[in-house]
This record gives sequence, C-alpha cells and structure tokens, in this order.
Amino acid sequence: MSGTGGHADQKLKLRGVLGWIEYRLPIFNWINDAVGTNYPTPKNLNYMWNFGSLAGIALVLQIATGIVLAMHYVPTSVGAFASVERIMRDINYGWLLRYMHANGASLFFAVVYIHLLRGLYYGSYKYPRELLWWLGLVILLLMIFTAFMGYVLPWGQMSFWAATVITSMFSAIPLIGQAIVTWFWGDFSVGDALLRRLFSLHYTLPFVIAAMAIIHIWALHVHRSNNPLGIDTKGPQDVIPFHPYYTTKDAFGLGVYLLVFAALVFYMPNSLGEPDNYIPANPLQTPPHIVPEWYFLPFYAILRAIPNKLGGVIGMAGALVVLFAVPWLDTSKVRSARFRPIFRTLFWVFIADVVVLGWVGHNPAEGAFILIGQLATAFYFLFFLVLLPLVGKLESPRPLPDSIATAVMAAKGKSTSGGGHR
Amino acid sequence: MRRALAGLALLALVPNTAFAAGEGEPPKQIGWAFSGPFGTYDTAAARRGLQVYTDVCGLCHSLGFVAYRNLAEIGLTEDQAKALAAGQQVTDGPDEAGNMFKRPAGLADRFVPPFPNENAARFANGGALPPDLSLMTKARKDGANYVYSLLTGFEDAPADVQLAPGMNYNPYFRGHQIAMPPPLMDGAVTYQDGTRATVDQMARDVVEFMAWAAEPNLPSRHRIGFGVLIYLIILTGLLYAVKRRVWSDQH
Repeated sequence: MSGTGGHADQKLKLRGVLGWIEYRLPIFNWINDAVGTNYPTPKNLNYMWNFGSLAGIALVLQIATGIVLAMHYVPTSVGAFASVERIMRDINYGWLLRYMHANGASLFFAVVYIHLLRGLYYGSYKYPRELLWWLGLVILLLMIFTAFMGYVLPWGQMSFWAATVITSMFSAIPLIGQAIVTWFWGDFSVGDALLRRLFSLHYTLPFVIAAMAIIHIWALHVHRSNNPLGIDTKGPQDVIPFHPYYTTKDAFGLGVYLLVFAALVFYMPNSLGEPDNYIPANPLQTPPHIVPEWYFLPFYAILRAIPNKLGGVIGMAGALVVLFAVPWLDTSKVRSARFRPIFRTLFWVFIADVVVLGWVGHNPAEGAFILIGQLATAFYFLFFLVLLPLVGKLESPRPLPDSIATAVMAAKGKSTSGGGHR
Repeated sequence: MRRALAGLALLALVPNTAFAAGEGEPPKQIGWAFSGPFGTYDTAAARRGLQVYTDVCGLCHSLGFVAYRNLAEIGLTEDQAKALAAGQQVTDGPDEAGNMFKRPAGLADRFVPPFPNENAARFANGGALPPDLSLMTKARKDGANYVYSLLTGFEDAPADVQLAPGMNYNPYFRGHQIAMPPPLMDGAVTYQDGTRATVDQMARDVVEFMAWAAEPNLPSRHRIGFGVLIYLIILTGLLYAVKRRVWSDQH
C-alpha cells in the first residue's frame, strides 16, 4: 500500500461468527480501514477538521426527519400550507420534526460553509486533492438546489415568490429563456405542476448528495486529510489512528453541535425564518421584501449588484463556479495560510467581504446598499481572479517545518516550559 | 408570466423604496407569559382572549387552523368547548338522500369562519379582506408585540396625512393606513372572571390567545427542550472527558 505515510498496515484478525462473515464479506476491515484503528490521520488536526463529519451527520438528520415529514406532506397548491400546519398541530411531535428539518438545513449550511472555508484557509484543495475539492463543491451545488426546493414546499408567501424569482431567472437566457421557464414550470405560471416536481426532486437529491458524499470520502481516503501545517505526513511519528483519537474528538464536536441545534429547535425555532412564510401563498400579492434564507444572502446580493438581469444571473452563478478554478487560480505551492502572511490577511478580508454581501442581501436594494453591494461583489471576484494568482507569485512564504512531528514537539516544548501544564 | 416578471423586476432589480419608506413603527415591548426559555401560556388570560376573539375579532376574522377540541389546552372543559362549538352551524353531508344539511359544530370541527368565502368577507368589509388569525403572531415580525401595538395603537391621523376613504390611522401598520377600524373599546366584552375589560387588558388577553392559537406546542417545546439541553450538556461533558483521556498520551 503506497502513500501510507510510513504507517504499518494492520488488518483485524477475526474469529468465530465475525471471522465467518469477514471471510465472505470483509466489512469489518473495511470499516476499520475507513474510520478505525487502521486509518492513519495526521496527529495535528484542530477542531476545524470536525466539520466534515458534522456535515455527514447533518445530512443523515435531514434525510431522517424529511422522510417522516414527507409521509404527512401534501404537494398541492391547495393542500401544502394546510398539511404543514397539520404536521405542526395534529401529528405527534410533528412540530419537533419540522423545526428540526428547517433549522437542520440552516445548520447544515453553516457547517458546510465552515468546512469549505477551512479548506480555503489551509489550502486543502491543492495537489493532490483537487478532485476532492470538486466533489465537495458538487455537493454544495446539490445542497443549494435541494434547500431552495425545500423552502418552496410549505407554499407560504416567501416560498411562492422565491420560486417565482428563481425560476424566472432562467428567462434571462437569450432566445430560449422563456421556453425553458415554461418547461420548468410545466405550466404558464408557478403552480401545482412546479410544486409537485420540486417535491419529487427535493426528495431525490439528498440521496444523490449522500452518494456524492461517499465518493468525496473515497477521494479523501486516497491521499488522506490535509492538516493545519499543510505539509505531507512523512512517517509513523506524524500520524495517529483515526480510532480512538478522532472518533472521540468528533463525538465531542457532535455534542457541541447538538447543543446548538437543540437551543435553536426548542427555544428559537423561527428566528432564522421569515415571518411572511406563515402567510399562505398569494399569487396576487408580492411581499414588500423578498429575502432568501440567510445562507443564500451573499449570492442574492451578487445577483442584485449587477444592474442587468442576465449579468446578475451570470454573476451569481459565477460566484459558485469560480470556486472550481481555485486549485489553479492559487499559484502558491504552500498549502496552509499559517505560512502565507499576505494570503492570511486577504482570507480574513474575503470573509469580511462575504459578511458584507450577506448584510447587503438582507436589506432592500436602495441607497448606499447598492454601491456597497457592487463594491463587495467586485472584491469577491477580485479576490479569486486577481489576488489569489498574484499573491502566490509575489508573496514569500515563511519557512515550513520539517515534519508534523517536529512542529508538534516544538509546540509542546514551548507550552511545557511556558506554563508547566501537560 | 407577466406577473412573475414584474415580481422579478421588483425583487431583484428595482430598488423598492416605496415599501421601505412605509414601514410600521417598531412595536411596543410587552413581557409575555410565553416569552423566554421557561415561558408558557397564561391560560386564564388566553381564555379571556378567547372571549375577546369570539365577541369581537371573530365577527370578521377566521381562525381556520384551530379546532374547538383544542380549547381543552387552555383549560376549557369539554362541555364548555362543546357549548361554544354548538353556537355555530356547519354544512355537512350528503345524507342518505344525497342532500347537504346544516348541523351545529362539534369538538372535531375547526372554528367556523364568519364569512363563507373571500368575496363575502370583502363585500362586508368595504373591499378589504380580514386575514385569518390562526398564525398571525408568527406571520409578522415580533408578532405578539406587533398585534398588541396594533390593537392599542389607533390614533387620529396627523395633519399632514391624507387618509384614503374607509381607512384608519395606525402608526404600527405598514403604510400607517389600515382598513380595520379600532376594534376594542373599554367594556367591549364582559369578562366572566370579573377582570376589568380595558382596551389594554383585552389586547393583552387576545394576544395571549392568538399566540397560543399560532403555536400551541410552545409549552411542551420549552419543557422538552429543557430536558434535552440538560441531557446534552452532561453528555457533551462526558464526551469531552473521554476525549481528554484518550488524547492524554499525545499531549
């Protein structure tokens, strides 16, 4: 086995019933090689590396709650809103399931965004993990489609008008745009036909996401996790087995995640949603402000920043597509921002820029918000298309440590002499 | 399609200043029995609020997602709920002969709406549609405070405001002009428990009732959530101890 980073391959030896099964279907070694004692992992991963497993758990929770909700949901323009209220009022613990599903979607995005930004900060997308990065971005795109479709299902005012705005975007495509929109709608207006197909796809896509997540993990296991130093593992002194070290660390992270989740679900279940979505859809009345969920706000700001319909749509799509080019736009061979002083500063400016975009997206497009939104949009693309390639060439990175083990030992020596604690 | 495109233009491309300028004033902040992590409904207030709804609001506003049987949750006895339901007629059928017939409403029925359909409601209200109140406290920002402020916030229009015909001035309403006339006046209902029916009291009571109607599961949500959080805090603490123990040979 090449590329084990010096780790000695240790297969489980099983006897009895387990041995009988293992001889015919080597599932126990398969698990052990994936997340067990035989999966060597860099010893220096910090808590930012918890968010991958959290994303997987968030997906499972969404699928589990969603399957039960779908047993009670009615995908018709007449019945949808009332069926959601029936879930909230008459189905046993229906309110719990629905609040878990709605807030779970928000936290799923939060976790995935942190996961993605961790990859950006520590250069996890660089050779040889470009495809791993791409698979993650495909999952993000699928999540965006799925979340949008799910938001339409309750058929409240925001649902209806979000569906109208988003599907109408495609009419910006020259010549065939209108035909495409009609094809999406399955009708000449947003209504039953669209609602039913969105429900069907909202149920289907999560399983595609699950499949992509498995391929994402498969690709991860080929070259294994990057780490905060961004240097390759060089021998057994650099790695520790995934179990029990990272299983226990991930379990603790999951506990913290569930605490946040429970606080949201039980004490502020509607804080992330728009009140307007508790008003049944009304095609004759546009809500005063149409706002998407918080996790789409930066993209919404980019859509509105460009004063041309087609341009706005291209800008919004481009904001996602540009992420696919990041492994080649970033010209630096050094992965971790820890050793890239200029990139590190720019990264935090980029984060601030995305927060500004979100804030602009939340507000009506008027007055100063228009200019701020346009400047923030310009910087978003400047960061990826100009600064990222340029900084890699101009910046002189700080010296990299010889190995993970020496860096860890050095840090330990410093903390021991400094504070005297273990 | 044209409507959709108009919507898109409105949403995505054109600054919608007209709406932003007419925002209602921030609502008055009331400390509700159901606010906060340990909040639960004041059922006595909710029962008084039910009386305000049936005697005043319910003459124009429907409450379509609430069933008479649900009233047990705010402390009505089965007989009281039955009696309230029986005061309304619902259309049922068809019977053996194929005819629809009227019967008194029962516990399983939802609150009978004051008007048979939207057109009738608009016709009786000068063209305006009184919205359903089942979800009102969740369908507005800071909903409970908003409804309270709206009910107690009617005033004479300032000199520079030209009221449209049939409209009333209320600074808490978006655009400040509302078709609903001031619905409450002192003594509008006679409370059975002897509470003095001031406008402020009735507004508080009916908001308590509407908040319950919108989110009947809030008390159990808060109660279960408390147990879940205690459990998760202990579990997370234990998981942290396990993690420390396992990692002790690495530090």
